[in-house]
Amino acid sequence: MENLFNLFVRSIFVDNMVFAYFLGMCSYLAISKNVKTSFGLGVAVVFVMLITMPVNFLINKYLLSAGALSWLSPALSGVDLSFLTFIMFIAVIAAIVQLVEMVVERYSPALYSSLGIFLPLIAVNCAIMGGSLFMQEREYQTLAETVTFAAGSGIGWCLAIVGIAAIREKLTYSQVPAPLKGLGIAFIVTGLMGISFMCFLGMEL
Amino acid sequence: MKLSSCMKEWFSAKNMKLVTRPFGSDNPITVQVLGICSALAVTVKLQPAIVMALSVTVVTALSNLIISALRNTIPPRVRIIVQLTVIATLVILVDQVLKAVAYEVSKQLSVFVGLIITNCIVMGRLEAYAMANKPWPSFLDGLGNGIGYGMILVIVAFVRELFGSGTLFGFRVVPESFYAAGYSNNGLFILPPMALIVLGIIIWIHRSLHRDLIEK
Repeated sequence: MENLFNLFVRSIFVDNMVFAYFLGMCSYLAISKNVKTSFGLGVAVVFVMLITMPVNFLINKYLLSAGALSWLSPALSGVDLSFLTFIMFIAVIAAIVQLVEMVVERYSPALYSSLGIFLPLIAVNCAIMGGSLFMQEREYQTLAETVTFAAGSGIGWCLAIVGIAAIREKLTYSQVPAPLKGLGIAFIVTGLMGISFMCFLGMEL
Repeated sequence: MKLSSCMKEWFSAKNMKLVTRPFGSDNPITVQVLGICSALAVTVKLQPAIVMALSVTVVTALSNLIISALRNTIPPRVRIIVQLTVIATLVILVDQVLKAVAYEVSKQLSVFVGLIITNCIVMGRLEAYAMANKPWPSFLDGLGNGIGYGMILVIVAFVRELFGSGTLFGFRVVPESFYAAGYSNNGLFILPPMALIVLGIIIWIHRSLHRDLIEK
């Protein structure tokens, strides 16, 4: 339990998807112009992560990794399908995102219209795919660990995008050198936010 | 005779522009804001940055070529999944080649090779260009965008490795006498946030030179 809590806090603050690994930067920069929309996107990312990562975990554990197929028949225990990882993970993610899009369209038209074309882009949000790949690389053993990691990194991403959106709303009123306006300053602010998040480094619970 | 006129058509000024435009005024990273996701994590050292740039260029160029050849047979409703399948297949190939040829670098790149699949440059160019153009121009467009992306990667990695570790490609370039005189490596450059700030400064310089790119 303690271990899980540690993992949760670490994946929000220390191993933050945006500040430590630069994942999901494209939508992070494109949608962070106002707080409300970015919060919507952040929640959508948490949601998609919480579904895709456990599914990918099970696929990885029972289908792809070396000897994973031995539960079918002992003859298959020598099969290693791990080269199919990328294509399986992305197929699962794309399918689930499609599903989420349909559900959001049905139950929350307001959110759907404000997220607009960006919802399908969650499929190619590197944070989602990156989360699944990290889960595989770091060899999380149990489903509980995977779910905790998914929740933590999703919330971390959400926190980051809401933070930058709030700063960018205020930035409209400040005098930024003209060539630095928009994208340039967004990068530098993200860098500074990253530095401030680094004070969590080495934190042990 | 036929071949030479063919070549002329293939390498016409218009087609060459497809390759060179992404280097400057239409750079995928600094102007189109695509593919930043994996761009920055691999730029601590030059070597992985160059390998990453090559891999992305191969994937962008080939996926543009394949999707463009298939563009009339792909039903629009399922195009995303078709595109992803093509990209994922190419990335698996690149990953297997890297593991066989340059195992050390592929370990350093870790998940970021897999993340080429979700690199917005690849999808972005497929959607914006390959779905509406002939295979050969699409291939050139992919090539150009891959190289334009690689350039930024190499510049950022150059700055970060030089100031952060005092080396280039792992060879020491800052002379020992500097260290003896009190110079020390700037550890901040090795940390992730510095990549963002270096990129911010590159954008600043780029837009000061091309004033028409300045955002209102």
